[in-house]
Parts: sequence; structure tokens; C-alpha cells
Amino acid sequence: MTAQPAFLKITDLNKQFGPFVALRDINLDVVEGEFLCFLGPSGCGKTTLLRAIAGLDIQTSGRIEQAGRDISVLPPSERDFGIVFQSYALFPNLTVNKNIAYGLENRKMKRAAIRQRVQELLELIGLPEQSSKYPAQLSGGQQQRIALARALATAPGLLLLDEPLSALDAKVREHLRHEIKQLQQRLQVTTIMVTHDQEEALTMADRVVVMNHGVIEQIGTPMEIYRQPRTPFVADFIGAMNFMQGTCVASGQIQLGEVQLSCPEADIAVGSKAIVAIRPEDIRVDEIGQDHSNRIAARINTLEFYGSFFRAELSVSGLDAPLRADLSVNLLRRTGVEPGTRIEVILPADHLHVFAAT
Amino acid sequence: MSTLASTQAPLKAKISRDDWLQRAAILVIAVYLIITLALPLYVMLSKSLQNHAGEFIGFGNYSDYFTTPALVYSIQNSLFIAVLSTLISVSIAFLFAYALTRSCMPFKALFKTIIMVPILVPSLLPGLALIYLFGRQGMIPELLFGAEIYGPIGIVIAEVFFTLPHAVLILITALSIADARLYEAAIALRASKTRIFFTVTLPGVRYGLISAAFVVFTLVITDFGAPKVIGGDFNVLATDIYKQVIGQQNFEMGAVVSVVLLIPALLAFIVDRLVQRRQVALLTARAVALEPRPSKRFDRLMLAYCCLISLFILGMIGVCQYAALIKFWPYNLSFSLDHYQFDLMDGGGWDSYTNSIKMALYTAVFGTIIVFSGAYLTEKSRGFRTGRMLFQFLAMLPMAVPGLVLGLAYIFFFNAPNNPLNVIYHGMVILVISTITHFYTVSHLTALTALKQMDAEFEAVSASLKQPFYRTFMRVTVPVCLPAILDISIYLFVNAMTTVSVVIFLYGPDTTLASVAVLNMDDAGDIAPAAAMGMMIFYTAASVKILHYLMTRGIERKTQVWRRR
Repeated sequence: MTAQPAFLKITDLNKQFGPFVALRDINLDVVEGEFLCFLGPSGCGKTTLLRAIAGLDIQTSGRIEQAGRDISVLPPSERDFGIVFQSYALFPNLTVNKNIAYGLENRKMKRAAIRQRVQELLELIGLPEQSSKYPAQLSGGQQQRIALARALATAPGLLLLDEPLSALDAKVREHLRHEIKQLQQRLQVTTIMVTHDQEEALTMADRVVVMNHGVIEQIGTPMEIYRQPRTPFVADFIGAMNFMQGTCVASGQIQLGEVQLSCPEADIAVGSKAIVAIRPEDIRVDEIGQDHSNRIAARINTLEFYGSFFRAELSVSGLDAPLRADLSVNLLRRTGVEPGTRIEVILPADHLHVFAAT
Repeated sequence: MSTLASTQAPLKAKISRDDWLQRAAILVIAVYLIITLALPLYVMLSKSLQNHAGEFIGFGNYSDYFTTPALVYSIQNSLFIAVLSTLISVSIAFLFAYALTRSCMPFKALFKTIIMVPILVPSLLPGLALIYLFGRQGMIPELLFGAEIYGPIGIVIAEVFFTLPHAVLILITALSIADARLYEAAIALRASKTRIFFTVTLPGVRYGLISAAFVVFTLVITDFGAPKVIGGDFNVLATDIYKQVIGQQNFEMGAVVSVVLLIPALLAFIVDRLVQRRQVALLTARAVALEPRPSKRFDRLMLAYCCLISLFILGMIGVCQYAALIKFWPYNLSFSLDHYQFDLMDGGGWDSYTNSIKMALYTAVFGTIIVFSGAYLTEKSRGFRTGRMLFQFLAMLPMAVPGLVLGLAYIFFFNAPNNPLNVIYHGMVILVISTITHFYTVSHLTALTALKQMDAEFEAVSASLKQPFYRTFMRVTVPVCLPAILDISIYLFVNAMTTVSVVIFLYGPDTTLASVAVLNMDDAGDIAPAAAMGMMIFYTAASVKILHYLMTRGIERKTQVWRRR
């Protein structure tokens, strides 16, 4: 991916609101045609970054280039993008037709050509019958698609989506996720979406930019940020994760209380503090007593039913915090474990994430 | 890096053509407000520091003022009248608003309409009615048990009549945002009705009560009509300004009294703004509207009360209409239209009436355009924060400036021989400008409220679609805000018809106005014709209000397809 030239290039971007630093040293390359997600908790700066790219709130310093053109200080009207807001911002007094055609008028386009383009877009979003209705007469999901069509009408080089699905209920959201992704792939339009919903980011994006406190924590494919989180924040924010405090006692050996784990790939200096993390689904229950490193004795405190699995809270002697482990329904049926049962669990070395403690 | 970033000058956005246009437009309207508001006030302040020959004498006029007991006494009188009227008016209004929002009595819409009637008449009119009721040859002077209607009693009754609609409006709003869940919780905790009233109801409307009190206080202390007609020898600040300027031609002393009057008005205004800001925080999106439950005894009691108050209001108006139609009270009680032959009396005749209509129309049309465009630009334009804040301040200022004070400031500013704008003095233009400026703030706030309810991203979307801002303004903003735009124009029209204070110093021989004619005919002793003209104003304003109601209904019906409720 990095081999391709960047379509949108952000260099050393900072944004301050008075003394508050909203964005710090943002560097980011977006490849043409890719679907990028800004993911982070509220207040992490993801919307601020999107608004800087749109020119709605200019950054304090830094450079933004789009298609080789420096757009750092240009007003929105001189940039090349379409945008869909959380509220959709559809003009309530104009019909669907006129909303979509809004950006096409006033640019010497023939009326017939406009009509044809609007029809084309309506078919693209799958709402060819709704053209003469007003936004208030449509469902939330339909309004969302009209807003998308309006943003795409002028065939912009960049599509910006600011939490476009968060106002919808779960079922519609899931459906639209899929549709937007398909539409984006068909049109090959470079797209940046802001979201706080990790599931949305993981399912839709080609690459995810995880942000926290105004800095980029990690950029990577959904798979990368899930499997190889580079910071404890990313590890914690995406999916579920157990964290344990320890010390590196020998190369690839980390002592956690009375437990010693081997993590051959850990890049930690001997003697320094480390954080070891593992996802609940990566903890295995040892049923046959096989000889395995990182085998520890635990006791099941509680079991919570999650539908397709049980989440167990395990207390491990020598560890200060309990561990969460996901146990399959089958395993429970087979072994009959219940709260109070003592079991042996394995923390596979290749699933351990080790971070230097700060 | 971050330290490096903070030492660099922040990036400045390139200013687009739209931005330039918007900034130019903001500047034009800001300059308009500077010329019609800030500069006149400044000139007036400096006049109060000059002697008759125009030399600077520091606070000499002020020391003269404060050593003249007759003048200083007016401060006390004004405060006394204002505080007493506020107490009475807000108490009556609270119970009235309570009946309208918390009871299940019938005819609520009717009572709500009746209580708004005083808005449609000049504040001179209740004074005229009181003369006919309790004056020396009045219909029922015995009811006062020998007390004199000319003076504080008359002023207070007239002011209560005049301010009731304003207080009721504010309190209805405050009472109707109550959260039903609080009442359910209180009932579940077995609180008594009295306890619920003092622990839930009153705290819930406290900001509304404070706001209503300050609005009424300001209206009363700055009002000129009631004390002029019914005040007798009881002087207040507002009548002092009039007497100094019109009676004694002592403009400098008029300026001093104006400054003295400006202070309480300004204070009340600031407190009200602070309170209003708090009020907003009380509204939560999840509040459940309170539905009153029927209770036979309570509902009947409230109905009786509202009938009584309505009788008071309609009675005052009715007396004026009756007086206008009677040949010669109290000697010849036959009906005639003699008093409508305005051309035979002082005050400018029927021309005053047509002038008033013209003036009100101009004010409504131009005022609405200026106010709405100004509010749009401050609310929806990008960047240029200093300019927008200056504008916002200028737009809020007129609320704090009494009409008489503004009128006097206009004399100083526009009548100056070296001011190139003095050609508009005594003309229609200055009347329209002064009226727009005087009623700017409320109109501006109405426009802002409507604009704030619109999606904040419309402008961003249309910029991304490369559409100029004025296209979105005309195609989206104006149609969506049409009801508010109508409200503003009607508000301006009605106030232009009824106002006396702002135009009393500014009309010319060819531009006499109906409201001023009421005052001048009353001054000349022609009370019946004054009442007749006052009623003409009432009927005009009332017809316009009805027209407004019908138009709003029409718009709502036409646009209900896309308007979300």
C-alpha cells in the first residue's frame, strides 16, 4: 500500500484551542481509493482532524496536500470533497431530487443532464422511487443514503463521513455498513470515515487510524490493529484485553507476581518493567494436562453467559487482578466446570502482547 | 514539537469570496448600528457634560441635577412606581399563567388572546381609560374612596395593564417547561400539594419569575405614556426628560436625566441576560411534559380569576371605545362619530393615522430585512470573531436604552448642523430608523432562536457543494425560518404603531403619528378624540395580528409536509 503515492498527505499537523492541544504531530498518508477510518473515544481529536481536512476548522500548523495540491489553508469551497454529517444536514424544504441536485446546479450543467445524474445516483443508492419526497417523509436510513448521494453527486475526489451511522438503530446500521462499503468499492472514491464504534471501523475500513488524546496511536489494517496492537491503549480500546504488570527477569522471561511467563518475542530490556496483555479468547483451558509452557493454575470466580460463549473471571494465585477468559459452550458442557472449580489454563506465548511499562 | 508549534504563528485560513461578502455585509449592518445607536448615545453622553454653549464643564450638570430636589425626587418616584408595579403585575401574571398551564379550565385560548390585548395599544390608552373611570367627572370615582387617580395610583394601574402581557408570556414559557417526572416523584414520596408547590413548582420557575420581574421593571421605569397622561404632578424620570426637552428646551439637563434613567435600565437588562442564560440549562431533552389533571374546584377558581383579569383588560379598552363614541361625557350621552373628525383637532388629523401606517410598514419591511440578515451573518458566518462579537453587542444594546433616551440622542446626533445626515431629521426616514433600532434586540433574538434551531452543518454542506452562501440563504434558510420572519415583521409593525417614547422628539410637521396625536390631543384636553385615535391604533394592530395568525396557519398547512413537529 505504501508503494502507491499518497492521494492525501498530512504532514506535522497540530491543532490547538487556546491552551488545549486537540491534535499533535499528525502525519498520515491516504492512498487513492482506500477506505480509511479514524477510530477513537470521544474527544480524541478524530472529528477535529476530519474538519481540518475539510477546511471547516483550520489547523494551527501543518500541511495538507490533496492530489498533489497544497490545500492547507483553503476554504471548504475551494477544496474537493463531499461530506456526510451525523445529522445528514439534508435541506428540509427541498425534495430528495433537489437535495441531490443541489451541488449540480449553478455550474452550467444542462437541466436534462442534472436530471439524469440525479436518477443515476438514486439508483446507485437503491432509492429510485423516492425522488419527490421530502427528507422528513423518509426513514433515518433512507435520509442517510440521500445525504450520501448528495455528497457524491459532484463526483468529488474525497468522501468524508462524520459518524454517518451513529444516529441509526442497530439493525439499519449493520445493513448500511455493508452498503456504504460496497458503494465505496464500486466507485473507488477515497473515503475517510470518523467513528467511535470499533466494529464499524474493523468491518468497513481498509486501514484504521486509532487516535487518543490528539495523537495517532497506530495505523494499520483491521487485522493488524487487532492482532498486533502497538500500544496498551490500542490493545485496550479494540476488543477485550487482560493486562498484567510484571518485570523482565531474563531475555524473553517475564515475572508476574509468582508466575513466570515466557514470551520469546518480547522486546524488553532485562530488569525493566513490562505490561503483558492477552485477549480473553486467546486463553486456553488445559483439559488433558499436556506439558506446555505458560501453564498456570486458576480458579473460576464467576461465569457470565454471552450467548455463543461464557466469559469466566479467573483468579490466579500470585496475580493481583483477575483474568477474563472466554470459554466455549462446548467446553463447559464437556468438563462441567462451574464457579469454584480449579482449572489449568495456558497463555500461549504467540498470543501474548508485551509492552514496556511507562 | 508541540513547543515548536506553539511558538509559530497559527495558520490563517485563506478567505474565500463568500467570506469577504459576508464580512462586508456584517460591517455594513454594524456600521448601520453604530450610526443609529452607538454614535447618538455617545453624543448624548458628551452633551450631558457640556453647558448650553457647548463647552465642556465636566460633571457640572450632574451636580446641578443632584442639588435640585424637585428633580432628584423623581428618582425615588420612578423606583417606587417601578417596584410596586412589578410586584403587582408579576403576581397577577403568575396566577394567570398558572391557570393557563396548570388547570383544566375551559376557554384557555380565549384568555391567552385577551391578555395579549394591551400589547396592541399605546401605553397612553390605559391612562385615558382611568380618567374616564375614576377622574373628577368619572363613571365610578367612589371606588377610590376619595383617593386621587392622577398620581401614583393611576400610574401603577396603567403600568400593570401595560406590562401584564409581557409578564404572562415569560411565565407561561417558564411554567410549561415543567418536567412531569419531578411531580410524579414528589407524589410518590407523598409530598403535600403545598409542599410540591414550594419545592417543585416555584424552584422550577424561579428564573422565569426573575426574568419577568426585570422585564416589567424596565418597561415601567422607562415608560413615558402612563405617567404623562395620568401622572398629574407626580414626576418620574421619563416625564422629566420630556419636560426638560419640550417644556424648558434644556437639552443638557434632558441628557443628564437620560443618563440617570439609563443606569437602572442597563442594570435590569444585564441581570435579565444572565438569568436567561441559566434558564436554558434547565431544559433537558428527556423531560416529560406535564399534563394538568382536572379538578372541579381548582378549575372553577382559576376560571373565575381569569374572567376577572380579562374583565379588567377588556373593561379598560371598552371604556375608551365608549368614551370615543359618546357625544360629550357626562352631559350628552348620545352616540356620534364627532370625535373621529381628527382633522378638526390638534395632533395632525387623519394624516397622523396614515403616516403611522406607512411608518409601521416601512419599519416592518426594512427592519425585518436588516435584523434577519444581521442575525444570520452573526450566527452562520465563518471566522471574523471580533467583528461578529462587536455586532452581537450592538444588537443587544437597544434593549437597555429607553425610547425617550434614544429619541433625545437622535436629536443631538441627527440635528447637528455639521452632520451630513441631518437631512433625514423630521422626516419619515428618521422615524423608521429610530423605531427599528429601538425594537432591534427582541427581533434579533427571535431571529437567532430560529437560526439556532437549524442544522449547523447546512453552510458546511453547501460550501462543500461549491454553492455561494447567499444561494443557500435564499433557498433554505429563509424558507425554513419564514414563520420567525413573519413574527419579527409583525412585532415591528405593531410596536411602530403603538410606540410614543422613541418618536416623540423626532416627528416633524409632515410626519405626525397616530400615537403622538393621542398624546397631543390629550395634552390639549381633547380626551375623547385621543381615546378615539388610540382605538384606531388598537383596531389596526389587532387586524394585523389576525392577518398574521391566518398567514402563519397558511404557511404551516403548506409546509407541514416537510416541517417536523
